[in-house]
Amino acid sequence: MQTPKSRRVRLATSALVALTLATTAAACGGGGDDASADGTTTITVATFNEFGYEGLIDEWNAANDDIKIKQVKVGTWDDAKANLYTKLAAGSGLSDIEAIEGDAMPAIMAESDAFVDLTDPELDGRWLDWKAAAGTNSEGQMIGYGTDVGPEGICYRADLFKKAGLPTDRDEVAKMMGTWDDYFALGDEFVEAMPGAAWYDSSGGLAQAMLNQVANPFETDDGTVDVENPELEAVYTAVTDNVDRGLSTRVAQWGDDWNAQFQEDAFATMACPGWMMGIIEGNSEGVDGWDIANAFPGGGGNWGGSFLTVPAQGEHQEEAKKVAAWLTAPEQQAKAFEAVGAFPSQVEAQDSPEVNEATNAFFNDAPIGEITADRAAAITVQPFKGPKYSDILTAFQAAVLRVDDGSKDPDASWDQFLADVEALG
Amino acid sequence: MSTSLPTRGGDTETVSPPRPPGPKGQPTGGSGRPQWRQRLSRLDHTLAPYLYISPFFLLFLVIGMFPLLYTAWVSVHDWSLLGGKGEFVGLDNYREVLQNPYFTKQLVNTISIFAISSVPQILIALVLAALLDNQLRARTAWRMSILLPFVVSPVAVAIIFGSLYGDRYGLANEILGVVGIDPVSWHTNRLASHVAIATMVNWRWTGYNALIFLAAMQAVPRELYESAAIDGAGRLRQFLSITVPMIRPTMIFVIITSTIGGLQVFAEPRLFDQTTARNGGSDRQFGTITMLIYDFGWQLRDLGRASATAWLLFLVICAFAVVNFLLIRRLGRLGTIGGRG
Repeated sequence: MQTPKSRRVRLATSALVALTLATTAAACGGGGDDASADGTTTITVATFNEFGYEGLIDEWNAANDDIKIKQVKVGTWDDAKANLYTKLAAGSGLSDIEAIEGDAMPAIMAESDAFVDLTDPELDGRWLDWKAAAGTNSEGQMIGYGTDVGPEGICYRADLFKKAGLPTDRDEVAKMMGTWDDYFALGDEFVEAMPGAAWYDSSGGLAQAMLNQVANPFETDDGTVDVENPELEAVYTAVTDNVDRGLSTRVAQWGDDWNAQFQEDAFATMACPGWMMGIIEGNSEGVDGWDIANAFPGGGGNWGGSFLTVPAQGEHQEEAKKVAAWLTAPEQQAKAFEAVGAFPSQVEAQDSPEVNEATNAFFNDAPIGEITADRAAAITVQPFKGPKYSDILTAFQAAVLRVDDGSKDPDASWDQFLADVEALG
Repeated sequence: MSTSLPTRGGDTETVSPPRPPGPKGQPTGGSGRPQWRQRLSRLDHTLAPYLYISPFFLLFLVIGMFPLLYTAWVSVHDWSLLGGKGEFVGLDNYREVLQNPYFTKQLVNTISIFAISSVPQILIALVLAALLDNQLRARTAWRMSILLPFVVSPVAVAIIFGSLYGDRYGLANEILGVVGIDPVSWHTNRLASHVAIATMVNWRWTGYNALIFLAAMQAVPRELYESAAIDGAGRLRQFLSITVPMIRPTMIFVIITSTIGGLQVFAEPRLFDQTTARNGGSDRQFGTITMLIYDFGWQLRDLGRASATAWLLFLVICAFAVVNFLLIRRLGRLGTIGGRG
């Protein structure tokens, strides 16, 4: 009674819905096409976070009469993922186009049958090679069209740097962050001068940033799970050791406290893929002093970046494919970059003046186009991500958080992580 | 459904076998029609009630019984969310779930959250109802206002309480700080997290239960109170010796339903969670059994283990409901005896 929808009721509802859908589908008898009387077809596009599509959709709808686009937005990828798997299992209910977060793409490609093959010879060479590869399955079918990529820089609070007696100029800051050891040493200096503040936003975020430089974080190249490798253990040790040094805020990334601490001068730096700039700006209303350094400790790294897919259960696959191709075309991606900072994964868009010459007033007028392009060029390692990547990453972040919030010591938390990975089956 | 059902309301008729028309209804006009009508009327009398209530049972069969049995069928197979049915594995899924350390931990969490929420909730609801059962000005307004929290969406409740109970920047900790108490780690400390979730549950459900109690209290004959007052019983004495024993059936109903609901608590802890996994804290400090079902089914995409867990939860709930029923019956009886003595 206290949970409004008990499991049984939910199962029951789904059974009823399934029954209704089955009968409706039978009634439609294949000729079912929800094109309205005037011949327009509506294509729904499901996205999460900020894709910067609002202006683009208005533009398309003004120019096209036969196909209209409607966006369905949810807050986070985790919500979108829950919806996606439930409706994939049900076999109906998904939008015509579903956006997929980059790290989850390998798991989605393991279910290639449920998605339309979007391969199109005309689009060859549109994307960076590794982005195109990440959207293509082992049989050579392209399952997702790449949207953005996430070349990582370091965003920092110049005002707090100044208070702590550190240099504030973005070029000088960049020079001091060659390796992770340099970065952590600078952090020691900072927290000593500013005892109330931490060095970075969350251990989970930092761990994920560091993992993006590891060639085989969780799985070997043939997809075998191997989490007891020295590189992963090195990342875990580095991050968990920093807790005692006071470098971590000890809060969970994306939680209420994480959101609130942007207003509290609680930390000075964070790993910053292009799309993160929009999130920082959104959380930091009234806070001045953010800047971005053209550097990333230990070399470049890519964090995130999404794909658009067309589920095979949709009724308007051809139209959906056309819309997905348009939304991920270089001109449109350049506009999305301007809107929310999502750095394009298209070769041509990256070279366009709209992207190259972009600056961001919130980040002290930093030349973000130039910086992000440099950060993209610095990426040398593309981690291998198998079907279990996303699930293991979730377990790994929980392990880091357990040490952060004090519920387990590093060794016990690591053992629990190994057991969690085992349970993934 | 047709065999020897119990008699209805003191009537001596039974459903089956149908008795021949008695001598009392002998036709007087000599024609066959009255007898036919009489038979119809008898049929109407015996069968109609069952037809009237049958939609519920048919609906229950489809949407209640079927999923329950289907879940049992799934639980003895390897069954992936997207891949569908695999091979028959017998009780392997149950064994795996029972051996999983999270199962024990989350079962303890569930029972703890249930105990911390339901017991105070029912006691407070009882007291609230007793207070509302007085001659108040603007009675209806008062009575309806306690149902207000129930109307608020649980998602909104979780968001508001989530920010109240922020570990670092929450209002609750700031208030504690004013009094000089150290901040509480609401999401990390196991007991503190249970208390935080229990307040969410109670905020939503206390008023609802109070209204049910109030309805029952209104049916208690007022003369009982008058004679008790003449005997010199005070307000508290009247409440314990008349009100509580008289509303015992309602108490059983409320306790059973809140047992079922309390052991299925899901939305509150899941929305309270700040971690990306949403399994009930980094170390599953406040993960419940229904969250484990969700984890197995939708995050690990293993419907077999999820169904096995669901059935285990079903058994736990049945056990709790029976224990609660027996306890409340005994307590009620003690109350009556105390009232007489």
